[in-house]
Amino acid sequence: MIKQKNFADILEDTKTKNKKLYEICQILESQDSEISVQEVRSKVKNILDAMKAAVKSGLKSKEKSQSGMCGDDCAKLLEMYKKGQSLFSELHKNVLTYSLATIEQNARMGKIAACPTAGSCGIVPSAIIAVAQELNADEEKEINALITAGLIGKIVSNKLALAGAVAGCQSECGVAAAMAAAAVTELYDGTNEQILESAALTLKNIMGLVCDPVAGLVEVPCVKRNAFLGIYALTGAELALAGIKSVIPIDEVVDAMKQVGEMMSPRLKESSEAGLATTPTGLKITEDLSQKWQEENSK
Amino acid sequence: MEKAKTLFDVIGPIIIGPSSSHTAGAVRIGYLAGKIFGEKPDKVTFKLYNSFAKTGKGHGTDKGLLGGVLGYDVDNERIKKAYLDAEKLNIEYKFEYAEDYNKHPNAVDIILENKNIKRMEISGISVGAGEVAITKINGYKFNINGDYDTLVLIYKDKPGMIYRVTALLQGQNINIATMHCDRNAKGQEASMGICVDGQISDYIINELKKIDEVYLIRNVEVLKK
Repeated sequence: MIKQKNFADILEDTKTKNKKLYEICQILESQDSEISVQEVRSKVKNILDAMKAAVKSGLKSKEKSQSGMCGDDCAKLLEMYKKGQSLFSELHKNVLTYSLATIEQNARMGKIAACPTAGSCGIVPSAIIAVAQELNADEEKEINALITAGLIGKIVSNKLALAGAVAGCQSECGVAAAMAAAAVTELYDGTNEQILESAALTLKNIMGLVCDPVAGLVEVPCVKRNAFLGIYALTGAELALAGIKSVIPIDEVVDAMKQVGEMMSPRLKESSEAGLATTPTGLKITEDLSQKWQEENSK
Repeated sequence: MEKAKTLFDVIGPIIIGPSSSHTAGAVRIGYLAGKIFGEKPDKVTFKLYNSFAKTGKGHGTDKGLLGGVLGYDVDNERIKKAYLDAEKLNIEYKFEYAEDYNKHPNAVDIILENKNIKRMEISGISVGAGEVAITKINGYKFNINGDYDTLVLIYKDKPGMIYRVTALLQGQNINIATMHCDRNAKGQEASMGICVDGQISDYIINELKKIDEVYLIRNVEVLKK
């Protein structure tokens, strides 16, 4: 088996072997880790289970994070839905609440599965779990979708470190959204080409997304961003399933992201030295928290 | 060497949030420090530096470090209750915060004490994505990252020690992956950190105990990742 360094290679491989992307990926993973395909799938199932557990716990909680900046947004949405109010379909409502439920669990020191990172952990699970419910898809299909998502993240990470400090949020929540779009396209039985197009379309439209967390914490803007990008991933899948293609091929999109990440000022890469972090309100929150924690530390 | 990417680098790991470097990384540093100390401490002091000091409270770095010392894995939901759990076990804990830009952005010194061992000082860094390294034990340089079973030795610096230890490993058909040696001054104390493929058996530990003037022997097992 050839080592897939980019998406063109892996797509070629699916054609010669007449397999879906997830099949190629699970075989490769089994060879690299010297475990059976069944064991690969069982490890993926463990992660899927952790994702479902995080959604379940998150939907029930209103507990605030250590900083107090977030923790009750999912509850607010659920409250509105209880009254029968929403602009969204059932699917969209579920994506939104599952994504928030997960990332709020993360912020309150709950158990989550990083995907690809902790700060972007709500996006992929929300899309897979909500769409699988919508389609009545079984667990095997959910696992296929999660492996498809993993493949996208893995190939992107061959070129681009998935870390806000290296390439900005485009490489965390942005890549998570592309992974989610690919997973959703797989769940809707999209072709291999459509899956990669959904990821390409998604990546193109978050390019340059900066990482500027207030007080250096995984909360503002990360929590609400997970909700936004969960919905956004559905757009990538919807377009690709209609046969819409990215004019720029996915490998070139990833190269462009890498270039943009390198050009981005370090002040916009997780250092909290610009952007939202240094707005008057951002700075005030940082100052207040710093004072609060200094007082706690000196106790 | 950069490690090959696997599927599970991008889906997973399963951790207690909110941050792989500041929470999960902290748990792993604490865990390794606890294993290196090797006994229940009566008192633990954590000195957090730089980004660990500045954003640690919001990331639960303090609870992660303490939970790690208590032996918790990165996905243990008790991490959040580490203060309470330490108190139940009569472990006194203290956190200090400082800036020192000669150190890594995410650095911590952990001082563990009890009646038997007296005092050990262990330094660690969190290098990103939950990966960590123990960089110093009692002033000696080490590089322990939990990717391998690692033999940690501090002993009297004298000719033939490295040979005796590596010959013992060879006799058990154990391959050495990497090795780190350090010493304070010629003829005084020296240290070895040996990462091996496979496992270090009780037999090896017992044989090492028979060597004179070996002050510290620890088998730090590979981390569950």
